[in-house]
Amino acid sequence: MKVKGRITEVKGTVVKASNVSGVQMNEMVKVGETGLIGEVVRVEGDSAYVQVYEFTTGLKPGEPVEGLGSPLSVTLAPGIVGNIYDGLQRPLSTIEGYTISRGYTAEAIDVNKSWHFVPVVKPGIKVQGGEKIGYVEETELIRHYIMIPPNVIGNLTYVAPEGDYKVTDQIAEVQGSEKQSISMLQRWSVRVPRPIKRRLVASEPLITGQRVIDAFFPLAKGGSAAVPGGFGTGKTVLLHQMASWANSRIVVYVGCGERGNEMVELLKTFPKLNDPISGKPIMQKSIMIANTSNMPVAAREASVYVGLTLAEYYRDMGYDSLMLADSTSRWAEALREISGRLEEIPAEEGYPSYLASRIASFYERAGYVETLSGDFGSVSIIGAVSPPGGDFTEPVTTHTLRYVKAFWLLDPNLAYSRHYPAVNWISSYSSYVESLSDWWSLNISDEFETLRRRALDILFKEESLRNIVRLLGPEVLPEDEKLLLEAANMLREGFLKQSAYHEVDRYTPPLVQYYLLKLIISFYEKAKEKLTGGATVEEIKASPLYLEVIRARFNVKSKENFEAIMKKVMEF
Amino acid sequence: MSGSITFSSVQSIRGSLMVIKTNGKLGYEELVEIELGNGEKRLGRSLQVSEDIAVVEVFEGTQGLSPRDVKVRFLGKPLELPVSNELLGRIFDGLGRPIDNMPEPVGSEELDINGKILNPYKREYPDEFIQTGVSVIDGMLSMVRGQKLPIFSGSGLPHDTLAAQIARQATIAKGEEFAVVFAAVGVPADTAMFFRRELEQSGALKRSVLFLNLAEDPAVERIVTPRVALTAAEYLAFEEGYHVLAILTDMTNYGEALREISMMREEVPSRRGYPGYLYTDLATIFERSGRISGRKGSLTQLPILSMPADDITHPIPDLTAYITEGQIVLGKELYHKGIYPPVNVLMSLSRLMKDGVGEGKTRADHKELSDQLYNSYSKAMDVRSLAEIVGEEGIPESSKKYLQFADAFEKKFMKQDPYENRDIDTTLNLAWEILSILPESEWTNISEKSKKVYMNVVQKRNI
Repeated sequence: MKVKGRITEVKGTVVKASNVSGVQMNEMVKVGETGLIGEVVRVEGDSAYVQVYEFTTGLKPGEPVEGLGSPLSVTLAPGIVGNIYDGLQRPLSTIEGYTISRGYTAEAIDVNKSWHFVPVVKPGIKVQGGEKIGYVEETELIRHYIMIPPNVIGNLTYVAPEGDYKVTDQIAEVQGSEKQSISMLQRWSVRVPRPIKRRLVASEPLITGQRVIDAFFPLAKGGSAAVPGGFGTGKTVLLHQMASWANSRIVVYVGCGERGNEMVELLKTFPKLNDPISGKPIMQKSIMIANTSNMPVAAREASVYVGLTLAEYYRDMGYDSLMLADSTSRWAEALREISGRLEEIPAEEGYPSYLASRIASFYERAGYVETLSGDFGSVSIIGAVSPPGGDFTEPVTTHTLRYVKAFWLLDPNLAYSRHYPAVNWISSYSSYVESLSDWWSLNISDEFETLRRRALDILFKEESLRNIVRLLGPEVLPEDEKLLLEAANMLREGFLKQSAYHEVDRYTPPLVQYYLLKLIISFYEKAKEKLTGGATVEEIKASPLYLEVIRARFNVKSKENFEAIMKKVMEF
Repeated sequence: MSGSITFSSVQSIRGSLMVIKTNGKLGYEELVEIELGNGEKRLGRSLQVSEDIAVVEVFEGTQGLSPRDVKVRFLGKPLELPVSNELLGRIFDGLGRPIDNMPEPVGSEELDINGKILNPYKREYPDEFIQTGVSVIDGMLSMVRGQKLPIFSGSGLPHDTLAAQIARQATIAKGEEFAVVFAAVGVPADTAMFFRRELEQSGALKRSVLFLNLAEDPAVERIVTPRVALTAAEYLAFEEGYHVLAILTDMTNYGEALREISMMREEVPSRRGYPGYLYTDLATIFERSGRISGRKGSLTQLPILSMPADDITHPIPDLTAYITEGQIVLGKELYHKGIYPPVNVLMSLSRLMKDGVGEGKTRADHKELSDQLYNSYSKAMDVRSLAEIVGEEGIPESSKKYLQFADAFEKKFMKQDPYENRDIDTTLNLAWEILSILPESEWTNISEKSKKVYMNVVQKRNI
């Protein structure tokens, strides 16, 4: 039964409606003559407060409010990948003109398109939620499994034969307590995590090709990470890099309250970039959600859940999904704004008291899991955090830190000197290092962990030496410590720095990451020997090999490249 | 202005806000016309509406208003600006009413000053280099058409001179010129005069539109001035095909006006009393820039904002920089050394530079040179602060080169006359020249290829 009432008050994007008894919390409603979409955020007697997802200019008291009977849900079906949506899963590519009019509605996917369905089960078996009954090739990279919706259980009485079907056509029938028709399309409420069989411990790295991340502060498949950084520290570029190169099967990129041009940049580059593993354009595994900063805040709040639900849906097929949210601070600000308009009592800095629990339940949707169908899949979450004034003690950053296991702190001083990615190697951390070290020794080199520790050790020592240098100048240091400073410099210039725009440098496969570390550390060892033999640091620096090792990140692509430089290092 | 003739009575007045009886007839963000006993008329806009009353902000302020002798008329529409290319060459007040003693321009249509949301999917990525003729900007903070790049400044710094220089010199391929939309937001009259004179002298006034809300004008009006100006700018860019440069100064005054209204509405404040929606609100201004696929024009924004107490972490510059595509930060220290433009390059950034420079756009060595200058100047700053502590004798010989480099960078590369217009080749050659103060082992960002092709040109010239 649809509830119909009318507007009694308009305050920004929050609208109060009366005569709406029977309406549910989080139910979607249509507001006003223009049919703006909103969500019920508070119910009081027969009145309700509605958070409208669009601008409310011109809305008058007395205009109609109509309940739609269901919470905010996404459409799950073949045709999602490669799309760009707004925060409510409305496709942006189908809008006419160059502006977005209020109250526009559009199907998330093209329902008229036919897909070639291939069944993988036969009627007569018992099925339950999550079970794969067939597939379509959604893109060259994604085989889209058609699954029984999570809440359905019973006997499979019909499966469509192989052939072309629209997403709304019946392709199966399940006889449970009642007969249920199954199509390739299902819907799911975005605020409810999709069910799984069980959680597992993550033990495989999510390779991003970004050296400082993969080698020093790695993320596991199914893990969660936060990237806090003030403006200009390169959060977005780092997130774009990870979206481009991560070895996940699906990438969901949520531009949440950020710049419109950044989404255009993704749209422009993704079709041209090829996935390093399959060689196919990464657009074929990407889904974009753009709720830019000038779009209404309520939809911004919803956009991260829309993204998460899409990531979970593909995880349920047995894939590794990566969801990136830029920026979670804007999402939190949306919460604050809605809370303020509802006149809730604020906790810190005007944020509602439930900020921490919302952040917690957001990151908890990450995980490496056994799916309902018995496959293994994961959702990894990377969230950018934009602390106001670069202040890491503000509520969003501090609460986020409590729930993520990897933390990549972006340092304004590194960014000022154009050291990108500006990940600070002293303050960043990852709790996944130990669980992933086996992977590195088995797949790359059993020497890797030693090199990694050695490199970090040099960088930590440099940090304490720099304090002395800052006060007394480098001249007071003995030659071996000066050499250590040079080694640290080589690590910074030749390993930690990584250009997002250089054809070779932008993506470094794990094996090459090992090569680069090996070259720098070996050069340092050799230089130490030369030092004992009487050479000075200045002489060592003057050798062309010094620059060659530093610039190896631009040149080393293969074992041969590596061995050629390594030979020179050994003969140094 | 025409509109519905509903009259209403005023219940209370507080600051620049008024609570009026409406009987539900007034829509959210719709205009009201307030008529005083003496016939004077003012404009207001609703901030909150309910079945019987509405809260209205009065743009010209509530001074002299009394609930008893005021009539309020509902205009039944949001604040709109009549637009056409007749806007060019005209001067308006902060609400978009002409103040140049000429008739109201004939608008081909009336546009809601809030604009419409640009569909990100329909945006064209900005990647066309704008040569401003200012070395430090062109070389290291290159602007592109459709970018929003603010100048962060402080009191007593030459931000106006720099903005005017950019407006005067900025050229975009093939001699195309910018149309300038200038919005004064709470600045002193002489600042507005300065820009007017500069535009006039360079002959740019006839392709400019000025919107003036001066320091003496009501603060509430400041909330709409940037929006009115950008409505004109968007129209000229995307409907008339002009390349528009919008200068908005000073956006700090805008933020303060927003805080004032928010306080009067008793909203929960976030940092330093500014409302929690400051970011979103600023974004609805700054995001109104860019290019649109299939349309000819572009809208480039150059907002100016003063950092209160030179504090870049103040909410207004902080949130602005999170929205804009970089920032040009001016520094007192450099200015006191006699350097114009005093750009603190290490704190400055142009996010869209990477796609606007390089082969086919500026020069193949541009990106490497810029990276190298940043890298070396940042090292030079470390050496300089060390030298201040231990004295120049205490630093190694090799580091002394960095001190020389820093001086040359500031005095040769950065420093130039406000009327000096350097083309990009001059700028980049100058960069090579100062870079050659450092030994080549320090050129970690420069490729062998660039060294061969470009450095020799510079060396040959020097010989």
